[in-house]
Amino acid sequence: MNRTIILLLALTAGFGAMTLAATIRGGSSTEKVIRVTAKKFDFTPGEITVKKGEPLVLELTSEDRTHGFNLPDFHLRTEVKPSTVTTIRLTPEKAGRFGFACDVFCGSGHEDMAGTLVVTD
Amino acid sequence: MSQQSSRRDFMKLAGLGGIVFASRLGGTALGANSVLEALGDKASRQEEFYFVQLSDTHWGFDGPKVNPDAQGTLKKAVAAVNSLEEQPDFVVFTGDLTQTTDDPKMRRERMAGFQEIVSKLRVKTVRLMAGEHDAALDRGEAYQEFFGNLHYTFDHKGVHFIVLDNVSDPAAIIGEAQRTWLQADLKQHKLNTPIVVLTHRPLFDLYPQWDWATSDAAAVIDTLMPYQNVTVFYGHIHQEHHHLTGHIAHHAARSLMFPLPPPGSVPKRVPVPWDPAAPYKGIGFREVEADVRKSRFGITELPVVKG
Repeated sequence: MNRTIILLLALTAGFGAMTLAATIRGGSSTEKVIRVTAKKFDFTPGEITVKKGEPLVLELTSEDRTHGFNLPDFHLRTEVKPSTVTTIRLTPEKAGRFGFACDVFCGSGHEDMAGTLVVTD
Repeated sequence: MSQQSSRRDFMKLAGLGGIVFASRLGGTALGANSVLEALGDKASRQEEFYFVQLSDTHWGFDGPKVNPDAQGTLKKAVAAVNSLEEQPDFVVFTGDLTQTTDDPKMRRERMAGFQEIVSKLRVKTVRLMAGEHDAALDRGEAYQEFFGNLHYTFDHKGVHFIVLDNVSDPAAIIGEAQRTWLQADLKQHKLNTPIVVLTHRPLFDLYPQWDWATSDAAAVIDTLMPYQNVTVFYGHIHQEHHHLTGHIAHHAARSLMFPLPPPGSVPKRVPVPWDPAAPYKGIGFREVEADVRKSRFGITELPVVKG
């Protein structure tokens, strides 16, 4: 009996941890979490797709040096630093393709460091 | 009629088709009638001068598909300026003198190379400023060794010129210290003083998706806004562009290495490929004719190589 309860608790805890890794629950909505890695001179992933109205969490980190992440259409920007996870939350209410770019000059190739947020209906 | 007047008269007459943009310092566009009206005002000629703006020379750039004459274009531009019938009062380079590099030694070699080529200009008054390619990776250390201050002012025939540094902070921030310096400088001038701001990046959100902006530009514009006659000349975007924020006119210059596409016109900000059928297309420099008394500028775009 005790072993069964302990196993269930362990399974529940394990599932909960996996769930937390993928989503963060805030209020009644579920957030989609995307980890974005920056390095000279690209973002991975370079294209992020989300549904309109779906809360999105971007967890940004850098593999080499300080970069910037600027998503002007949503008035969102932050620095992206190594060994640090910077979180950005947004809930896009308009469909379309929206560019983001590094806005901290990082060398010859900085101009190529950009990506796209795709918001589908 | 002096040779000087003849040249300017010719420019203005030619300008009915040749001056691509003329603006009052306050930002009001001039029509052909206004240009002709200016012709008749002999008094104003006493307060006229012109300068040449060159930009984004990217000395050290290597990309044959974009510019197979990367080693020769700046030299051709210097020769073109030297061949102008009437020499300008001065020449300005609005940043990105060199192509960036992670190697501090190579950065200095490129700056020395640029300096050597530009020393061949007949005009000896040359005003320089940094672009992010020159100054962002070392916060302007090498640039200052070669070329001096990153921000400064100078005055010429009644016009107050302000060189702003919006590049040595890699996040394109002018910063509180420089903005305080700007406020202190402006307080020494009357509200109707003709003011020209020279800088590298746009002082407005031209297209932040391509990093075509200055982080704290709005604060700088707020500081400039009380002044009635302010015009901004800048580079960075490798193409001619004209914009107004209130009464303040902004004029972007072409590059002397490669053109870039219009903002947002293509998915990615990549250089326009070299066109063998039209070499040097989109590359060039400009003359800026100042009528100080009327607070007007006439801009004439010139190719680096005459077709």
